[in-house]
Amino acid sequence: MSQFEPTIVAFVCNWCTYTAADLAGTSRMLQPYNVKLIRMMCTGMVDPKYIIRALLSGADAVLVSGCHPGDCHYINGNYKARRRVKLLQEMLAQFGIDQRRLKLTWIGASEGNDFARTVAELVEEIRALGPNEARAVATL
Amino acid sequence: MPNRIGVYVCHCGTNIAGKVDSPGVAEFARSLPGVVVSRDYKFMCSDPGQDMIIEDIRNHGVNRVVVASCSPRLHEKTFQKACARAGLNPFHFQMTCIREHVSWVTRDPQEATRKAKHLVAAAVARVHWHEDLYSRKERVHPDVLVVGGGIAGIQAALDVARSGHRVHLVERAPSIGGHMAQFDKTFPTLDCAACISTPKMVAVAQDPNIHLLTWSEVTKVEGFVGNYTVTVHKKPRYVDEDRCTGCGLCLEKCPTKVVSEFEEGLTSRRAIYRYSPQSVPSIPVIDPEHCRTLTGKKCGACQKLCPSGAIDYGQTAQDFELEVGSIILATGFDTLDPAPMTQYGYGRYPEVYTSLQFERMNNAVGPTGGRILMKDGQPPRSVAILHCVGSRDVNHHEYCSRVCCMYALKYDHLIKDKVGHATRVYNFYIDLRCFGKGYEEFLRRVQEEDVTFIRGRPAEVVQEDGRLVVVAEDTLAGIPVRVPVDMVVLCTAMQPRADAAETARVFGISQGQDGFFLEEHPKLGPVSTATDGIFLAGTCQAPRDIPDAVAHASGAAAQALALAARGTVEISPTVSTIDPDICTGCRACVGLCAYSAIEFDARRGVAVVNQAMCKGCGSCAGHCPSGAARVRHFNGRQVFAELEGLLEALPQPPTPRPGADTEPPAAKA
Ligand code: FES
Repeated sequence: MSQFEPTIVAFVCNWCTYTAADLAGTSRMLQPYNVKLIRMMCTGMVDPKYIIRALLSGADAVLVSGCHPGDCHYINGNYKARRRVKLLQEMLAQFGIDQRRLKLTWIGASEGNDFARTVAELVEEIRALGPNEARAVATL
Repeated sequence: MPNRIGVYVCHCGTNIAGKVDSPGVAEFARSLPGVVVSRDYKFMCSDPGQDMIIEDIRNHGVNRVVVASCSPRLHEKTFQKACARAGLNPFHFQMTCIREHVSWVTRDPQEATRKAKHLVAAAVARVHWHEDLYSRKERVHPDVLVVGGGIAGIQAALDVARSGHRVHLVERAPSIGGHMAQFDKTFPTLDCAACISTPKMVAVAQDPNIHLLTWSEVTKVEGFVGNYTVTVHKKPRYVDEDRCTGCGLCLEKCPTKVVSEFEEGLTSRRAIYRYSPQSVPSIPVIDPEHCRTLTGKKCGACQKLCPSGAIDYGQTAQDFELEVGSIILATGFDTLDPAPMTQYGYGRYPEVYTSLQFERMNNAVGPTGGRILMKDGQPPRSVAILHCVGSRDVNHHEYCSRVCCMYALKYDHLIKDKVGHATRVYNFYIDLRCFGKGYEEFLRRVQEEDVTFIRGRPAEVVQEDGRLVVVAEDTLAGIPVRVPVDMVVLCTAMQPRADAAETARVFGISQGQDGFFLEEHPKLGPVSTATDGIFLAGTCQAPRDIPDAVAHASGAAAQALALAARGTVEISPTVSTIDPDICTGCRACVGLCAYSAIEFDARRGVAVVNQAMCKGCGSCAGHCPSGAARVRHFNGRQVFAELEGLLEALPQPPTPRPGADTEPPAAKA
């Protein structure tokens, strides 16, 4: 049996990180296949319920990524996301889910290389962390 | 009617199929609930590809469509339109990206195929929940705003005005003209910059369709494509624009001298000044930081002299609003300040000049009356021109500024021409990039004028025995060189405006990694931005020479006019709604909305979304504790379904290890 391959769901904003992912693709920056994107219009619309559901139904980690502070296409949706993610991370800890399984990053539209690096690093980190146990509980 | 889903998997030539087993993905999709047709095809975006979808909608009762191909940012609209042509609501479509996010970035074909299947499963799960949505039509305000009055802004304004539409041209300096007004000759034709730009500047001032606002800045932009409300801050000139005749008497008697911005610090101006000799408008402006009267000292010289009583020390700034349908940004560039690059001695040695200073020195109305002179009034016997200062340099700007090679060659020629053929001219260059029309020919011409080219970026400029010495390595000969010269000109990089980030924020657009404004697509959308109705012209998007800036500006004008000519725009229906039956009236969303689009209806005790103001960001929906606020096309059902599709174990391969799929790797050429 080879190494543990995590499943990671990324909620990314259409204007920045999704575009950065496109750019990483156009520039042929190889990435681990583990991260799958869900396109949102803004990180501000990422309901914490989506994140919890993802962590309970099979994701080993969730990435939320949007525009840099001040750059949000909708003025300040990313600040709202930042508050929600912070709060949620604290709650996750209380439920025994490692906080590192929820990550928030800012990746601008032109930062394809940052996107590829973030994906690679996150996969590495979660590989080291091992499978998400909440997932096993949820599937019992 | 039950959902009948059609799935279409693209090969994109070999772009996708070279890595992902596209037929395999299509076959897999057939097993997903609700899928009635599943096909793969070479180029889904081609006419036959789209016809396939239209066919299936018309003849096979397909009422939901999933396309797995490139990024939806490229072709979502294409396929939505195809659906609409077949009579299907375009929002019954979902696109998933298996090229940029899969085939181009995944090493292993089996893993790529597996990931593609997951993404298709997610799209199919999501499309089940798509709803009928209808775009709203809004009228487009026929006026256009152009921000920045350099050559790009001037061109855009003139083009728009010529069509009969009204243009507001906002320029923050006291005059239009921009950098081009500072130049002397223009490469490669050597026609004088003023001779070709002044007529355009005057045409702007005289065009009845152009509303020129100089000494003004845009401070706020509200609204959406076709309907922008722009706040302009007009600084006080302290000169009544209606009374001033532009006679210039006031300029003569002002006792205060200030370093001239327009002359790049080579000379001084008065506290009341005309921005440039060819200023448009020619009305002077008082610099409140230096004017004696405005700083509380006794003076009033200009007021006493003015024959038309135009001086008004009591003038105040004005803020007013403009209504426009689209906006063209032509805010231009800054030049890099070489002072921090201490190795070149700029600011330390008086005979080291920036390129803009050298332009002014060559200009007939500049500080030396167009003669190339050192500070001691003597012509230089030798000049070194340092290319790529701050450009193509990882410590400053990685990019090439695209104009320096050419204007350096122009300087070569001007020096030989003005100071005399015996003057030595040394170019220190990395590569000579002469790519435009007539540029290579110009290089040839200058090479024949007995100019020296040394390939190598100079290490430093030092002073020895009162003379400047350029220290470099001639990388072609492989030898170190020390070249004594009388004068050094630094070809400083073009860079984004110092306040580009602030401008981007005001207009709701982004900057690229180099700091220039980000276009919608680097190749096919160099004029438009991610924000509908906001276009880019000239060097605010990337370094450009004059012909390219002018062409870019005309492109922006055409885009703005296309909007104005159509007169209406379709506004996406993907905005928020609040279900009054669920809303508890907590009002959390009211405070969260960045657009003040949510109001509290006190009578019913619920929050209500104003759909014309909502942009669909979903801040309300992401928070609403009762789940009453939802963004259309991004509602909970749809996102949950997509999630499930992504995370569900694939029905197909019962393998111990993810990735050990049974299907053959797509080994297509
Ligand atoms: S639009 Fe990117 S985070 Fe808001």
